[in-house]
Amino acid sequence: MNLESVNAATNKVAEVDDVYLDFHTKDGVVAALSNVNLCITAGEFVSFIGPSGCGKTTLMRVLADLEQPTSGSVLVNGMHPSQARKERAYGYVFQAPALLPWRTVQDNVLLPLEIMGVDKDKQQQLAEEYLQLVNLSGFEAKYPWQLSGGMQQRVSIARALSVKPQLLFMDEPFGALDEITRDHLNEQLLRLWQQTQKTVVFVTHSIPEAVFLSSRIVVMSPRPGRIIDVIDCDLPADRTLDIRETPEFLTIAQRVRTGLAAGHNDDS
Amino acid sequence: MMTAKVSIQVQRKPGNVIPVLTVVMAIILVWYAGAIYLNSPQIIERYEKKSIDWTVSQLASDSWNMKRAVLPSPHQVAVELKKTIVDKNITSKRSLVYHAGITLSSTLLGFVLGAGLGVILAVGIVYVETLDKSLMPWIITSQTIPILALAPMVIVVFGALGITGLLPKSLISMYLCFFPVAVGMVKGLRSPQPMLLDLLNTYSASRWQVFWRLRLPSAAPFLFASLKVAIAASLVGAIVAELPTGGQSGLGSRLLSGSYYGQTNLIWAALIVAAVMSAGLVSLVGVIERKVCRRLAGGQEVSHGH
Repeated sequence: MNLESVNAATNKVAEVDDVYLDFHTKDGVVAALSNVNLCITAGEFVSFIGPSGCGKTTLMRVLADLEQPTSGSVLVNGMHPSQARKERAYGYVFQAPALLPWRTVQDNVLLPLEIMGVDKDKQQQLAEEYLQLVNLSGFEAKYPWQLSGGMQQRVSIARALSVKPQLLFMDEPFGALDEITRDHLNEQLLRLWQQTQKTVVFVTHSIPEAVFLSSRIVVMSPRPGRIIDVIDCDLPADRTLDIRETPEFLTIAQRVRTGLAAGHNDDS
Repeated sequence: MMTAKVSIQVQRKPGNVIPVLTVVMAIILVWYAGAIYLNSPQIIERYEKKSIDWTVSQLASDSWNMKRAVLPSPHQVAVELKKTIVDKNITSKRSLVYHAGITLSSTLLGFVLGAGLGVILAVGIVYVETLDKSLMPWIITSQTIPILALAPMVIVVFGALGITGLLPKSLISMYLCFFPVAVGMVKGLRSPQPMLLDLLNTYSASRWQVFWRLRLPSAAPFLFASLKVAIAASLVGAIVAELPTGGQSGLGSRLLSGSYYGQTNLIWAALIVAAVMSAGLVSLVGVIERKVCRRLAGGQEVSHGH
């Protein structure tokens, strides 16, 4: 084994090998994931895209050890996902902000730090740092209900980042927001990813969002949930939202759309 | 915006007072009418014995001022209340304040014990799977035993062991209290959204971290709804527990001696004191509830069914 392949091996953040996951419902067995194979390397921004029920969220939950696969193997940072979860290897941003209403913005960001036993001075410093990163300085003492939906979701992003995970899972984090807020947060997230060099796994059902943000797009299809295409995106790093009008962007978007349509046709 | 808010608050207060006063007036009217209906047969009998001619207004007046009435009228009860609350020294055995104090102490002790037991059971049920399966049927069965059947046995058994007074009475209260608290608390501890539980799971939070930081605060609205039921039940338990002690002290004993000696005024006065005390305790819990729930909503005004 030469040096390069050793490096490539250690850079693997997530490896999914022949994973199947069945949900047992009262209407029978639903194949949420079927024959899923995927490898994510450090520093990538990988989006899972597909219609509802294609298993994109389930796949991310498997990586985060919130769901157990029926068969197949999953490694996160080279360990079993449960081990990775215990070692707090990742941050997770949910579809909704999931803030505790009785805690201020600051105390919501402190929640994971308290649980992980970070020392008090350090906690304050980290909360301050990451609230600043998501442009929420000055809102520390507010309660979640006093903030707009977009601001709440930014608090939850700051909370996920505050523990400094190298891996960030984001499950349709902007799905519930209006388009203008969403565009704005997409740009912020892109900058954040470039600044912090983190690996991001992102679930969405928006094609423009996926193409704009990702370095790689995993197209999925339902019944059974499976990967039908993996598309590399090499748009320039300094891109802005304007890029969505360019031919390069539209070509990739078209390929994603074709993949989604193919998956849909299989189904009918 | 501001003016609209203010005007709503201003409107709300008289809006509450008028309906309440109307209901009170209606109750008093029905009460007076009932006093005539229930007391007049005896009065008429008396008139006939003495062959007195009588008018309707005389009948009404006599029914409302009858001694040992079947249903004493409101002003008779009011006089009795004044006599037993204002005119008596509170250390006197004939003061209702003294007896109410005795009942209150066992109500509160029973409430604290019962709420504590209810919360402990709920935590056990939520956290230990075997308890979840085994405990609930027993808790429900326990409440099918009539308290009136159970209370004398408990008092007698404890009495035989030389334990009398506050503790056995509180145990009866506790017995009525723990049930609503356990049921409400189980529901409350299970109320957090799955997403929030997942969130703490991604931090690999321990069970106790999840309990203190998520489950307990989420349970508060359910707990307070149960506590309001529980404190009223606790008072009922305390009064029932005072009946078999043979009329020594407490509102229950006043009810009992009132019925022994046909002093209906005394029964009604004691009932009213019990009702007022119960309403006071429930609203006290309500005030604490509003404070706590408001805090848990981050200072946002929350509306709960009061």
